[in-house]
Amino acid sequence: MKRYIAKRLAMLIIVLIGVSMITFVLVRMAPGDPAVNLAGQHANEQVLESIREKYHLNDPLYTQYVIWAKMVLQGDLGTSIASHDSVFSEIMDRLPMTLELSIFSMTIAIAVGVLAGIVSAVRQYSKLDYSVMFGALFGVSMPVFWLGIMMIYIFSIKLGLTPVQGRIETGIYINKITGMYILDSILTLNWPAFASSVRHLILPSLALATIPMATIARMTRSSMLEVLRQDYIRTERAKGLSERAVIYKHAIKNALIPVVTVIGMNIGVLMGGAVLTETIFTLPGLGKYIYEAIMAYDYPVVQGFTLFFATAFVLINLATDILYAYIDPRIRYD
Amino acid sequence: MKNKGVAAVTIVLLMSVAMLAGCIGGDDDGTDEEPMRFIFACSSDAVRLDPADVTDGESIQRMDNLYEGLVMYKEGSTEIEPCLATDWTISADKTEITFNLREGVMFHDGTEMTADDVVYSFARQYDPDHPFHQYGEWAYWGYMFTDIEEMVKIDEYTVKLVMKTPNASMLTSLAMFTTAIISADAAEEYGDEFFKNPVGTGPFKFVEWVKDDHVTLEAFDDYWGGRAELDEIVFKVIPDVTTRLLALQNGEVHGVEYLDPSQLSIVEDDPDLTLVSEPGMNVGYIALNCGEGYVDANGNGKWDTGEDADVPGAFEPFEDIRVRQAIQHAINKDSIIENLYQGAATAAVQGMPPGLLGYNYNIEGFEYNPTLARQLLADAGYPNGFEITLYHMGSTSRPYFPVPEDIAQAIQTDLAAVGITANLFTEDWGTYLQDAEAGLAPMIMLGWSGDNGDPDNFLNVLYSQKTATIGTAGNYGFKKNQEVQDLLDAALLTYDLEERDELYQEANQLIVEEATHVFIAHSNQILGFNSSVKGFVAHPTTRMFFYNITIEE
Amino acid sequence: MEQRKRKTRLQETVHQFRKNKTGMFGVGLLAFIVLLSLSAPILAPHDPYDASLDRRLLPGIWSDESPDGFFLLGTDSQGRDLFSRILYGGRTTLGIGFVALGIALAIGISLGLTAGYFGGYVDDIIMRFVDIMFAFPALLLALVIAGTLGRGIDKAMIAIGITYSPQMVRVVRSGVLMIKEMEYIESQEAIGSSHFRILFRHIMPNSLAPIIVYGTLMLATAILDAAALGFLGVGAQVPSPEWGLTLSASRQYLLTGAWWAATFPGVAILISVISLNLVGDGLRDALDPRLKGGAKL
Repeated sequence: MKRYIAKRLAMLIIVLIGVSMITFVLVRMAPGDPAVNLAGQHANEQVLESIREKYHLNDPLYTQYVIWAKMVLQGDLGTSIASHDSVFSEIMDRLPMTLELSIFSMTIAIAVGVLAGIVSAVRQYSKLDYSVMFGALFGVSMPVFWLGIMMIYIFSIKLGLTPVQGRIETGIYINKITGMYILDSILTLNWPAFASSVRHLILPSLALATIPMATIARMTRSSMLEVLRQDYIRTERAKGLSERAVIYKHAIKNALIPVVTVIGMNIGVLMGGAVLTETIFTLPGLGKYIYEAIMAYDYPVVQGFTLFFATAFVLINLATDILYAYIDPRIRYD
Repeated sequence: MKNKGVAAVTIVLLMSVAMLAGCIGGDDDGTDEEPMRFIFACSSDAVRLDPADVTDGESIQRMDNLYEGLVMYKEGSTEIEPCLATDWTISADKTEITFNLREGVMFHDGTEMTADDVVYSFARQYDPDHPFHQYGEWAYWGYMFTDIEEMVKIDEYTVKLVMKTPNASMLTSLAMFTTAIISADAAEEYGDEFFKNPVGTGPFKFVEWVKDDHVTLEAFDDYWGGRAELDEIVFKVIPDVTTRLLALQNGEVHGVEYLDPSQLSIVEDDPDLTLVSEPGMNVGYIALNCGEGYVDANGNGKWDTGEDADVPGAFEPFEDIRVRQAIQHAINKDSIIENLYQGAATAAVQGMPPGLLGYNYNIEGFEYNPTLARQLLADAGYPNGFEITLYHMGSTSRPYFPVPEDIAQAIQTDLAAVGITANLFTEDWGTYLQDAEAGLAPMIMLGWSGDNGDPDNFLNVLYSQKTATIGTAGNYGFKKNQEVQDLLDAALLTYDLEERDELYQEANQLIVEEATHVFIAHSNQILGFNSSVKGFVAHPTTRMFFYNITIEE
Repeated sequence: MEQRKRKTRLQETVHQFRKNKTGMFGVGLLAFIVLLSLSAPILAPHDPYDASLDRRLLPGIWSDESPDGFFLLGTDSQGRDLFSRILYGGRTTLGIGFVALGIALAIGISLGLTAGYFGGYVDDIIMRFVDIMFAFPALLLALVIAGTLGRGIDKAMIAIGITYSPQMVRVVRSGVLMIKEMEYIESQEAIGSSHFRILFRHIMPNSLAPIIVYGTLMLATAILDAAALGFLGVGAQVPSPEWGLTLSASRQYLLTGAWWAATFPGVAILISVISLNLVGDGLRDALDPRLKGGAKL
């Protein structure tokens, strides 16, 4: 096990170097001069040159990369060209928002998805099964941005149930501990804040959860079916109902294994979906941040963020794989 | 199975509790404890909160109530009146202005404003050896204030502005954000973090800035002009135009900027909302690139900018004035204004908006006449039209072009009707401006919002010879007209208003005759408010002054 | 000696698939949609670019206010016929998806075949590279590439194609690995067939099945991504009738009551992707019932 982890960590480093190099080159290949983006329409050449000096924009690519790599190893992810602020602090400012959205979405996706998958597997071929499968099919085929727009139209405009933007009602003050408002409001027993945060986050989380929810439901269902099929035969020979409870418990545990993997794989989907969801629901998170940085060719931000995200992604996948291997030692890893 | 069921039920219960609590807790508490808070929805976040280091309207807005300058605008007008300076005298040779400062003005951090702060605010921009200079780009200074030689302290409450040459528009420019007075003490304390911790003399002081979400200001009790009635201002970031209006309708915010023209009637018809639609101090146009911006110093037939096009003639059709006139006649401005601006604009017939000094009311402009357009094209040798690329700014809404994509498509349709195939092209705003300045765009949609109400601010930027050069461009028609330049230069040297008026009127006439810019519209400044907001007066420069507003219950 | 005709995996898969009712329904639906898009020039009552500000944002034939001239689903913000734009938009959105898939296939097959067949450290290098690419969220990678290359339909195709290549490489490699071990191939090597011959005449045809199955499923998400890029303004550009772009241009009019412009393009995307998912699911079930639910390859 330890060797496995060590090997994976080594690979992680290679992957990260690769990711950073590719991003570095890719972002610099873009047209446009970031110096002008920064200084605005009317800056004169002198101003532009000083910007270029400051950000080493005139140096050869290799040098720029090395300078950047050194910075990163010291914990500095760079300075945003647009805002003059540290990329790391800007990411940390917005991370709780996206994290909260992702966790909330994932929780909904897992809770509903697993439940639906199990129920439909157990009652295979019933009307319930077909409706769940039909719903799941819709879920994976749904364009997130369209769903979000429709949800706002129905729930906020027509029904007036939820607010149209933001994380929390302006004027409700909250003591920020983790930066995740729902959690913080629970921790500080601030119920108006809790209610407001949940109301603001429920629609975006539902929209974002749709695809993972559907995928998890389908996966749980087929996984359960497979396990049940095996055990069903054994059940024939078993005596009494009490066996069923054991089988269910056993079946669920086994069925959940591939689900764990799916969660890991879906982090990427969540991030991409976050860009769209945060845009539509006006949430100040990382998705919007990186989108705007990409569009404005804010190199340091794109590089810093990509590295940050890739690290998180690879670590999470490592964690799920370890979990996977732990749950089922039958699975060999070379 | 049971566990999952329990989990699901718990989630549903929690959410119901939240909804219920929300319904109860969300209602207005109605207590007198609640501060008078004004929530204003903006289309994007501020970039930096340092008045001298920004060029974008959003950042400037946040600081309109935080910082002040030596002079300030009268309410709703571009005339100036004393602010941090009580009076001033102009020297005989007109290159020096001596200001007497107001005494007893406090900064938000409790220190008093004195000449040192004034000098600091200016010197950090123009003096490369100033300790604060390294923290910013000072782009706006480089553009509008280079005529300033230095700011000198005479005594504790007197300063003298020394200019290299007389500049008649300088006094109005001093009301701009670039020359706002900052606290030297705070600047030194915060250093490179000053842009996140603004300290000024304005009626409101800075509380917090949650990036991409909001900026909060609260009333400054020791404001020299008397504490504002309003307790708090929150600038909320809501980039999507529909969401902004929804938030206004829902009561989530009290005011919004940049409404979409199609939403105007909704706001007008709603008894709980007030629509503010004032003539705007801006102009939106299509610039036709005549190709004279290119520098070819070594005469090798190639532009010195490094681009691979031959000089001149890269945008051939526009060299012939008849082609330019044809395009002028091809665009149905009235239809665009009616359908896409929803009437909240004035058709533009010259390069600056009415109401400014120098506006020429005798100019009628080019009438909509596609037949004449075709004729002119044929005369110029293009009986079957031609193909060209039209640059537009995509989803970046501008004050002068609120719905650029729709307007671009309408222009495309109009041009197609006279045989010109216009291919639409867009990119992100920063690169767009760069390409414009590099002269890469044959036809480009752009515009300008006035910053100080002076005609020079429009004409010298947009139509002068100096700015018709690659690299320092502002004149994207790239045609050098010496006559116009002479008029503009003369108008800066005299302080006589009548004389300036005449000179600018003549310049406007010549600019229109040159036909390098197809003027489309002067868009209204459109804002939406909850009817409980009283006392707001829109400012032509689109700056947001909230000192006098109150919210009634 | 009897020559037994070996049924390739593909043939087996198709055979199984035919029995799957929902899958066949999906095929029918997909065929219908593709047919509609291809026949747009014939079917569309109007020119999708024919704009007239006078009839902007008017409803379809369900309402009295519908403009004269048969505007089935109403008009958009430039007065263009929504129905015609959706028909033509299909060609763009679906087209981006198909071409992107083609690019992913090209890259995926070449790298996947190489990695799977040659193994060793060629395999290691390629798979490390694939791992790197997997660390990028799909949409963000597409955005960064599109940001670099510029905006436009062709750039979007390339961006999405590159984004999906890693997955395709894995699929192909997996398929190759399964086949490689088979006796059949070993015997070919024994008689000295060239690598090339083995690869193309024997391995590839047998690996086709998973490629087609996962390719179909990837196409479904590729179309969603194409629309997303259009929505974000990075893919198709105005005045293209691409579905995602139409959605983003029309969403503000939901408020003013012109709901049709922001609804029907979304429905079009939904139906197209559903049909692809139906086909893909059916194919996957037919390919290998054990893989039901999409276990990790």
